[in-house]
Amino acid sequence: MTTRYEAVIGLEVHAQLLTRSKNFCGCSTRFGKMPNTQTCPVCIGMPGVLPVLNRTAVEYAIKTALALGCAITPHGRFARKNYFYPDLPKGYQISQYELPIGTMGALEIVVGGEVHRIGITRVHLEEDAGKNLHEGGDGVSFVDMNRCGVPLMEIVSEPDIRTAEEAAAYMRELRSILRYLEVCDGNMEQGSLRCDANVSIRPEGSADLGVKAEVKNMNSFKFVQKALEYEIARQIRVIEEGGRIVQETRLWDPDQEITVSMRSKEEAHDYRYFPEPDLVPLVIDEAWQEEVRRTLPELPAAKRERFVRQYALPKYDADELTATASTAASFEATVKAGASPKAASNWIMGEIQRLLNLESIAIEACPVSPERLAELLKRIEDGTVSGKLAKTVLEAMFKTGKDAAAIIAEQGLTQISDTAALERAIAEVLARHQKELVEYRAGKEKLFGFFVGQVMKATQGKANPGLLNEILKKRLAG
Amino acid sequence: MKMTAMSLHTITIHEAAVRLARKEISSVDLTRAVLSRIEEVEPRIRAYLALLPEDAFRTAEAADARRRQGKARGPLDGIPLAIKDNLCTRGIETTCASKILKGFVPPYDATVIGKLRAAGAVFVGKTNMDEFAMGSSTENSAFQQTKNPWAQDRIPGGSSGGSAAAVAADACLGALGSDTGGSIRQPAACCGIVGLKPTYGRVSRYGLVAFASSLDQIGPLAKDVEDTALLLAAIGGHDSKDSTSADLPVPNYRAALARGVKGLKVGIPKEYFVEGMDPSVEAAVRVAVRTIEGLGAEAVEVSLPHTEYAIAAYYILATSEASSNLARYDGIKYGFRAEGAKDLLDLYQKTRSEGFGAEVKRRIMLGTYSLSAGYYEAYYRKAQQVRTLIKGDFDRAFERVDVILTPTAPTPAFRLGEKVDDPLQMYLSDIFTISVNLAGIPALSLPCGFSPEGLPIGLQVLGKPFGEETIFRTACAYEQATEWYRRRPPL
Repeated sequence: MTTRYEAVIGLEVHAQLLTRSKNFCGCSTRFGKMPNTQTCPVCIGMPGVLPVLNRTAVEYAIKTALALGCAITPHGRFARKNYFYPDLPKGYQISQYELPIGTMGALEIVVGGEVHRIGITRVHLEEDAGKNLHEGGDGVSFVDMNRCGVPLMEIVSEPDIRTAEEAAAYMRELRSILRYLEVCDGNMEQGSLRCDANVSIRPEGSADLGVKAEVKNMNSFKFVQKALEYEIARQIRVIEEGGRIVQETRLWDPDQEITVSMRSKEEAHDYRYFPEPDLVPLVIDEAWQEEVRRTLPELPAAKRERFVRQYALPKYDADELTATASTAASFEATVKAGASPKAASNWIMGEIQRLLNLESIAIEACPVSPERLAELLKRIEDGTVSGKLAKTVLEAMFKTGKDAAAIIAEQGLTQISDTAALERAIAEVLARHQKELVEYRAGKEKLFGFFVGQVMKATQGKANPGLLNEILKKRLAG
Repeated sequence: MKMTAMSLHTITIHEAAVRLARKEISSVDLTRAVLSRIEEVEPRIRAYLALLPEDAFRTAEAADARRRQGKARGPLDGIPLAIKDNLCTRGIETTCASKILKGFVPPYDATVIGKLRAAGAVFVGKTNMDEFAMGSSTENSAFQQTKNPWAQDRIPGGSSGGSAAAVAADACLGALGSDTGGSIRQPAACCGIVGLKPTYGRVSRYGLVAFASSLDQIGPLAKDVEDTALLLAAIGGHDSKDSTSADLPVPNYRAALARGVKGLKVGIPKEYFVEGMDPSVEAAVRVAVRTIEGLGAEAVEVSLPHTEYAIAAYYILATSEASSNLARYDGIKYGFRAEGAKDLLDLYQKTRSEGFGAEVKRRIMLGTYSLSAGYYEAYYRKAQQVRTLIKGDFDRAFERVDVILTPTAPTPAFRLGEKVDDPLQMYLSDIFTISVNLAGIPALSLPCGFSPEGLPIGLQVLGKPFGEETIFRTACAYEQATEWYRRRPPL
């Protein structure tokens, strides 16, 4: 009998916070500036400088911790994590060790129709390091310290994740929450959201934990899933071949689609954590907590559930529409302006999203406002314009910024619902296609579509489809 | 006129301020007198790592111009001061007497430097010290050996030995130092001057090159208590750049000076009169206590039972913090970088091996060990618990008394080289000063007599947190009653 294995996965996520200034000095956090232009004596670790904590960064961490259902520590503390590296100018990172801002939270994900509750061990605040640059010189390296001191939030999950798919779902849900909270832009490719995983395997049903490997460098949702699928399979293979898993750090190589060993536990750092003496204990009283709690928006899970309930949308639609807070807001505004929920959902997920993608525009900046979209959808409903032509109308609205009525009038796209006019057009088509008419009447009924097409062509697509079908059927019957 | 100019360097800050205000002298006169005094004594004392004559004359001239226009800025306007070389001075090399920071020119001023500049002070030079403020004799300087102005075969104390020697030699009117375990008070005692370690948080640490962040505090060294009060008033106060600085108003310290000691209760801790103490020190301090009683204070015995654990706790906490604070000196960004490294690790190892002196390396190793996984609980955490107990000792004692009197150091200045090869003996020089840093309270050392060899002895006055006014009252009353402070070394 072969053993079946299950994976035990815990994720450690680092999210760069969207504060304007760095965590411990006033320097800008803007990305992509000339190297070493966003620095000051504090963030490049000159002798004698001292850190001053960014209150907004703390607020963002509290906000996230609350959104994840964490308990907030009334007395937080910062700690130094000591290690040498050129991109770490002080020789230590200011982080949190004992007494992080939030502990004991949870995040729910849905995979395969099942709800999984993933525990959150801790949410803490720390600072980012700079970047070593190795290009541009013969054996010379450079350090860009612009990123030194940018606020980072670390979110550590319990080892509650069992599959690569769950890990990817956890990352998606977490990113969605961070974006709803407007604390992180969630861009994994650019590195503002990073994910490391601790992975081990054990025989299914066992309560013991296997030896874990840490997997790093998974900078997209796709890579999280692929890397973990690979790593789980690798560990099973090692065990089944009679080998042993060693505790080590492994890097995901996206080109070869494998994980490779980076360092073993023997080479692991002793970070010598101790309380940061340059910062006073962080006091988060009830009042501050409440103040932050009041700024919490409706979170993705709650919104999804409400969309299904309130708008009678399929679950799929609710998932898609709530992926970002702005898409959800756009949908709700469209419905509020009089569109039917299902039509609004279809058009936003379909045509609107297609047009936005083509132009790389965010939905907040969509040239067609929810009110105008609602207006167009109403014109479809009342038969002024056909669904097919409405796409042309929407495209024109998108390009010109004009409203539906103006475009319909300008381009003469009003639907022909005049029976007499349709009768005329049908008669002409039948006259021109005697051969097909004979065939149809002889039983080749699939030619019906051909006749519809010809009439549509003759009317430049403006024929009311329902009415056309009705009349055409009668005339074809003879 | 000639006589005045010649002796001008001997006056105190408050005397100079009066004469400047009366326009009897100019700041340029004063600066010239100090610089020529430096020229005269510096070959024997070697208190300064760098002299700044051009900057000094420029600021002195500016101060004189202000005074002519009736826009003088206060008692420090145009006063020549010396600055310990671990305080960052914009555009002026700041080395901490370490090879590893040789050539480092900070692009910013420490907050205290900015405050003194704003007050119009004239900086005549940067003073020698034990490397990174680690030591009690200034023998750990990577660059030169400062001598005690009272006996040039003796240490000036440390780590602020250069500042203390410069003040005692009249090679400046006052100075700034830093005190992590006694580094202002012990050299002040060795050199027969006044030195104050303020309450932790009283003075901003921004721009003070960190040794042990939770213990470091900047403070003044001066010729008398009044000057000390004047300097503290200028450098104290909250600073948004230092989260550990206290958001409390700075009192008018000078106004407290003349209040006397009548009705004050002074505590004498029995644990501070220990075996192995120099008998002349014990005698001088006991006489000083009687003098203060004679001035109207009541002396009572107090107990600080955890005193014996202070040095052990201190050498764990201070070295732990130092091991982390000194990690930034890696040869990558500024200061010294070793030649010929073959890779990154080699660069770190060579730079730090060659750049740091023996004592600094010893302390980095001690601290690294104490913080290591598996040892943290037994060392660092235990030491923090001891620190809490020591602070508790003082809290309880100060429920009964207003100030506590102790010797500053167990012996007068020892001989150069006497303890360099015995770090433990060296560490014991700070036995009476270290608890104060652990507790975060203020303490001042002032002269209270001389040993049979003619070496100055220091009396330490300890106060409650932010109780500097009471310390000044006590010290000033004693000083005025005894006049030890008037004695100058035979240079």
